[in-house]
Amino acid sequence: MLNKNPLWRYLVVLGVLLAAFLYALPNVYPEDPALNINASRGGVVSETTRAELEQAFTDANITAKAVTLTEGQILARFNSAEDQLRAREVAERQLGSTYITALNMVPTTPGWLRAIGASPMKLGLDLRGGVHFLMAVDMKAAIDKNINDLVQAFRADLREERVRYRAVQADLERGQVQILLRSAEDVAAARAALAKNDQELVFSDGDNEHSLVVSLSENRVKEIREYALEQNITIIRNRVNEIGVAEPLVQRQGADRIIVQLPGVQDPAQAKEILGATATLEFRLVDNDSDLGAALDGRLPAGASLYRDRNGQPYLLENRTMLTGDHITGATSGYDEYSRPQVSISLDAQGGNLLSNATRSTIGRQMATVFIEYKPGEERNEDGTPVLVKYEEVINAATIQARLGRSFRITGIDNPAEAQNLALLLRAGALIAPTQIIEERTIGPSLGKENIDLGMTAIMWGMVVVLIFMVLYYKAFGLIANVALLANLILITGFMSMIPGATLTLPGMAGIVLTVGMAVDANVLIFERIREELAEGRSVQQAIHHGYDRAFATIADSNITTLLVALILFGIGTGPVKGFAITLAIGILTSIFTSVVGTRLLVNLIWGGRRVQSLPM
Amino acid sequence: MRIFSFTEPLNFMRFKMPALILSGLLVIASIATITVKGMNWGLDFTGGTVIEVGYSGGADLSQVRQVLADSGYPDAVVQYFGSSEDVAIRISPREGVEQSTISNEVLSALTVTSSEPIEMRRVEFVGPSVGDELKEQGGLAMLAALIGILLYVTMRFEWRLSVGAVLSLGHDVIITLGLFSLLQLEFDLTVLAAVLALIGYSINDTIVVFDRIRETFRKLRDATVHETINEAVTSTLNRTVVTSLTTIIVLVVLFTMGGALIHNFAFALLFGIGIGTYSSIFVASSLAVQLGISREDMLPPPPPEKEGEGTEPLL
Repeated sequence: MLNKNPLWRYLVVLGVLLAAFLYALPNVYPEDPALNINASRGGVVSETTRAELEQAFTDANITAKAVTLTEGQILARFNSAEDQLRAREVAERQLGSTYITALNMVPTTPGWLRAIGASPMKLGLDLRGGVHFLMAVDMKAAIDKNINDLVQAFRADLREERVRYRAVQADLERGQVQILLRSAEDVAAARAALAKNDQELVFSDGDNEHSLVVSLSENRVKEIREYALEQNITIIRNRVNEIGVAEPLVQRQGADRIIVQLPGVQDPAQAKEILGATATLEFRLVDNDSDLGAALDGRLPAGASLYRDRNGQPYLLENRTMLTGDHITGATSGYDEYSRPQVSISLDAQGGNLLSNATRSTIGRQMATVFIEYKPGEERNEDGTPVLVKYEEVINAATIQARLGRSFRITGIDNPAEAQNLALLLRAGALIAPTQIIEERTIGPSLGKENIDLGMTAIMWGMVVVLIFMVLYYKAFGLIANVALLANLILITGFMSMIPGATLTLPGMAGIVLTVGMAVDANVLIFERIREELAEGRSVQQAIHHGYDRAFATIADSNITTLLVALILFGIGTGPVKGFAITLAIGILTSIFTSVVGTRLLVNLIWGGRRVQSLPM
Repeated sequence: MRIFSFTEPLNFMRFKMPALILSGLLVIASIATITVKGMNWGLDFTGGTVIEVGYSGGADLSQVRQVLADSGYPDAVVQYFGSSEDVAIRISPREGVEQSTISNEVLSALTVTSSEPIEMRRVEFVGPSVGDELKEQGGLAMLAALIGILLYVTMRFEWRLSVGAVLSLGHDVIITLGLFSLLQLEFDLTVLAAVLALIGYSINDTIVVFDRIRETFRKLRDATVHETINEAVTSTLNRTVVTSLTTIIVLVVLFTMGGALIHNFAFALLFGIGIGTYSSIFVASSLAVQLGISREDMLPPPPPEKEGEGTEPLL
């Protein structure tokens, strides 16, 4: 019999709808204003901290819904945004500067939904408010620094190999080093000497007589760029954590770009200051001759100053610096021959010489590494921008075992994590390529909220008008199309919540509105086709059958082209536009499913396989 | 209920030449406007800074302009945005200063001089290099969409229809761009997204008509090309109009309720869908006819269909 479906089809469609419904459900639950508390420099978050904090909230008359400790972070939920803001003040007073507090909105998805991995849709910054930065890494600076380092290294190498040269110059424009020599033999000797130390160099003849041009291999250039990008990403991640933002995003984009998203940040000026802060490193000798106790009482010996590490341990360091961080060309953590964590550091040629001289007569003494960072403080300049405050911190002190050169290691580190962190800080202090903000999009929190409301109203009214139109125009079949439309909305919400990368943006909401208007298209095609078949004198059952069958090819063709466009949009779009492309693409797929598969089942269930004289359409 | 109920196919082909001439003129006029007046490129493409601030008691534009001029931004464009409480300030990119800090300076200048608290609603800064990149990417995306569609339609139909479809798409896009140029509406990334979406929707309409043209060619063996196309366009007219209608309804909702940020997006689509509906009825198939489409081109490749059957091969 025509237009009968086996039971399993109904079950499959119902199953899909039910799954989508479950995954869409978390969006219905409101979000709680919350406070995230993390430990920063030297602070530790423990059960005691949590209990004390909870007590402090109670003392301040703030009712917290819950104060929980998970994965080294305290999460406190509140009933209102007011409580949340007051609680933040209390927490900051209670905990001090060794902790970072961040405002956050956390979903209140019930446990049974979380158990199946359901969570609400992620909202884009244009809906939740916050700052979006696109930063460009100055790759030219990274390459330039490398070329300049090469010049130093070549001079040293040539001297060592006793090759006499007239000049070694950097040609930054072309990314080359030019070496002028006196004879053809010298050219060959120089080439051999340099190639011995570094096999990745590319040699060519210069324009001048007896000259040699050395450039970086493609591979090396790529390495330098990768290193510069990775270094900046690590540094920015560290700083972003200091800002105190819940769920920040630091992500690489393309070859030299970094995306930074800070949801909820309301002061982009401060965020810019922090991201743009500069860090440097200094190596200093520890002053063991003077009395640390006296220095702590305020009687500093001549030529030395007092420093502290992140645990507050004091160090008396000589004022003379042995070496500054800009000579560091690399720092990696690893293990020494006894499988103990270590950090290997390599320096440029000049740095190697400086350190070699400085450690000639100081073997056995301690060398401290000081990390210096300029960060915005409490005070403000006249124009309202925060004054940069210099923070100095000893990150490591190690005994000099031998005379040090261009590469050396710091051993005796407690654990691998510590080694990794030290390597990271060393790299951060030797930033070879500065970054620049090339794009900023900041949405204030009230505008974000407004955008959500506008989007929701537009979706709702668009929906209502289309629903009414369809019932008026197609009567009972219009109702069926409307059921499909509602199912479609549930499917879109469900899929958007399920797909990890999908983010709802304002254009994305516009995309949903548009989908509401377009989703009925497939049903319109089918219904019109059924009407035509009926007009041509086919029986009701045949009309339904042919209507669906023939409309399908058209529906597929027309939607595949739209899908193609959505994919292109996704490929080129950034942030909000990508959001539009995602909802568009999902909307196309779900609307084909609901209108072709879903309504067919309904139509068959109601009219299929029976003797029907006419259709209510 | 039906919008149209015809017993005889309408003679759309009678309007073939007038439609082609009208469309040609519109396209030429649009290109002329775009060349003469240019596009009012939005921040995304020119680079620069846009700052939107909210004054709860209504804003005094001339005072805001004065403050900005005093702070060294005499060229700032100051406008109401959506309501008289919101002000959008646009500052073009400038040489020799740290661009990303302009917004900080402007905001603090406005805060200091204003008697009432102002609210930072939105800051957008786009570096000039990023703007150029986005322009290039946008153009590429449009081309890629058109070429992709050209290939797909050629594969599924026939090259004359494919060329007709893509030309009429180009026609929709150019006229929409022309209108944006004529009215000097801001063309930003979201409008670009709208134009691309428009390409997607307009082809949708065109394909439905083409599908029917192919089917009718196979069904009506003795009909002329003109008769066939008239029959196909007429029988899909209800669907074309109903779908365009529901889409236009939601776009009107979006335009009126979606807020200022989405305004131009909705406008581009609204106008574009209108033009697209016209072009898929009158232009696309007329172009295919002019290119010399015939029944033989539309016959299915072997194995041949049985006499009297109009069924399509499914995908």
